[in-house]
Amino acid sequence: MTRAKRKPARPKLAVWKFSSCDGCQLSLLDCEDELLEVAEAVEIAYFLEATRAEVKGPYDISLVEGSISTPHDAERIHKVRRQSRVLITIGACATAGGIQALRNFADVEEFIRAVYAEPKFISTLGRSTPISHHVPVDFELYGCPIDKYQLLEVINAHLNVRKPVIPNHSQCIDCKRAGTVCVMVGQGIACMGPVTQAGCGNLCPSRGRGCYACFGPKETPNTASLAKWFQNELGDDHRTVRDRFRGVSAFSESFRKESEAHD
Amino acid sequence: MTDAGTRTIKVDALARVEGEGALYLRVKDGEVKDIQFRIVEPPRFFEALLRGRMFGEAPDITARICGICPIAYMLGASQAMENALNIEVSGGLADLRRLIYCGEWIESHVLHAAMLHAPDFLGLDDALMIARDNPDLVKTALQLKKLGNDILEVVGGRAVHPVNLKVGGFYSLPDRAALGALAPRLEWGMTAARELALAFADFDYPALDQDYHCVSLGGAGEYPILKGRIVSNRGLDIDIADFETTFGEEHVARSNALQGYLKDDGSPYLVGPIARYNNNADLLSDAARDLAGACRLGPTVTNPYKSILVRMVEVFYACEEALNLIRGYAPPAAAAEPATPAAGVGYGCTEAPRGICFHTYALDDGGRIERASIVPPTSQNQKQIEADLLAVVSANLSMDDEALKWRCEQTIRNYDPCISCATHFLKLDIDRE
Repeated sequence: MTRAKRKPARPKLAVWKFSSCDGCQLSLLDCEDELLEVAEAVEIAYFLEATRAEVKGPYDISLVEGSISTPHDAERIHKVRRQSRVLITIGACATAGGIQALRNFADVEEFIRAVYAEPKFISTLGRSTPISHHVPVDFELYGCPIDKYQLLEVINAHLNVRKPVIPNHSQCIDCKRAGTVCVMVGQGIACMGPVTQAGCGNLCPSRGRGCYACFGPKETPNTASLAKWFQNELGDDHRTVRDRFRGVSAFSESFRKESEAHD
Repeated sequence: MTDAGTRTIKVDALARVEGEGALYLRVKDGEVKDIQFRIVEPPRFFEALLRGRMFGEAPDITARICGICPIAYMLGASQAMENALNIEVSGGLADLRRLIYCGEWIESHVLHAAMLHAPDFLGLDDALMIARDNPDLVKTALQLKKLGNDILEVVGGRAVHPVNLKVGGFYSLPDRAALGALAPRLEWGMTAARELALAFADFDYPALDQDYHCVSLGGAGEYPILKGRIVSNRGLDIDIADFETTFGEEHVARSNALQGYLKDDGSPYLVGPIARYNNNADLLSDAARDLAGACRLGPTVTNPYKSILVRMVEVFYACEEALNLIRGYAPPAAAAEPATPAAGVGYGCTEAPRGICFHTYALDDGGRIERASIVPPTSQNQKQIEADLLAVVSANLSMDDEALKWRCEQTIRNYDPCISCATHFLKLDIDRE
């Protein structure tokens, strides 16, 4: 089932789903003001969340949502990679394994028995892993969910063969820029901001809530120092510190190591 | 998944993408012998991974079950925790919860009705194809969806996985000016929802009448979103705490989602817009009921394809209700009721866009989760989806495979079962003996 092309030269965009909540690909449909323009600029060649139509690959840009958590998906991601000139992962599941990677710290057989009456029907891997553990990835976009403007920027940058302008500094910098008083220093509220990549738009601290790390670890985060802060200044016990690092980006390298130091 | 003596049909996700719906169908002498609808979503084990986490983490963790209806999970989890910890959330805080839930109904329903379901009735692949002939209709739908998302942003801070909700209420109260700015847009939203509903009412609806057992919240004196008992059109009337003794879930080989049924007799039941409407139409506003009438919906809807119209009536109602809530909003004294960890068992049940979503948790003395159980609407509807498919296929065996396949897809999309499943290619194997 192919669709008539108005501009044959339009680059082909594909959107793939693995283990996820659909929220990141929904961010593309949430570009209400831009969606029709995006559909002009690129040919939406494969996007099951939005269309029944399917244009065969190869694809110029593949957006990949979700983590690898089944034997079938571990094979399928290679097929996606082979068909994709540029592969961009979108969201915490695809870049860090997602919330479902909490199984990686537990016994998955026991997890299956806890949820399903007939464990023999379930096909799953022992771990939920990011796409980059399986195939080369050209760009990783963080967020749980991703920010739709960052998504548009990344698509735009790749269409124009330039580097995407995505900040890799900590959430703390964004709080300073916005004039948001530090919730940890000012109110003693635990905040993951010092180790978390900015990009959400300063959502939690500006509402009097500590950052809970939706956007994953920033570049070279000093997790041990923050953990010490939680323990010494806020009185967290090891289990509480561990769980702060064990959220949607639990299986990212730096957060995983820090949480395991408190196991 | 084969029967001895028949052709072997392998419904295998390898040939298609993950998350697809697959249908296995066996026909003998013009009679449907077997029908199986399969959901292939990788298991994510939320009920297992919640154990040991603090009660206050449940809303943010369960939000990640669904990017389209995170409010249903956040508020169902919050209600259950408040029930366990004896916390009462009322007044302005309850109003803000109903307001943000209206936002979710609007964004989720419009996405489904206009972008995912309407193309079926027009024989088109997607909403972008509708936009070629009727760009204004699609632009209106997108702006209406955006309005729903903007309510989520004003009250919740973010459209997908909002950050401002917690057990007991909110982290901070919404900005009054931002709330007020939504009012004129909601007035426009009512007009837009009416316009779309009337446009959709002119679609050609396939004939199908089903005698549904409609299960929804009810009896709270308002069109149900967050409050009420669990009621049905066949006399069911229970406290939400009795959900697990009334409804069961079974695990069948073909699906990674558990299938819901009534424990009494193992029968399927229906949740979602049609069930809500059939049980509570008298609680809609006059204007919403008028719109239902203008869309030629009677007091009881039995044709599942008309769920698209019920959704649009609910979008209209949600815009009107949100407007009333904003106009009548009195800021509460605090953004949240305090929550202190304690042992207990709690229940929560709300009307997600797709139907009732049930949560229960047991907490230990320190407020850590010992047991979690979540029953989303999609699993409750699975058995009924199979029953609908059986009726559709039986009545349309004369269709060629391609037409029947599309009709089956459309039938599944009546349920908006889960966005990934709803729009995925349906693999239809017909074994005609």
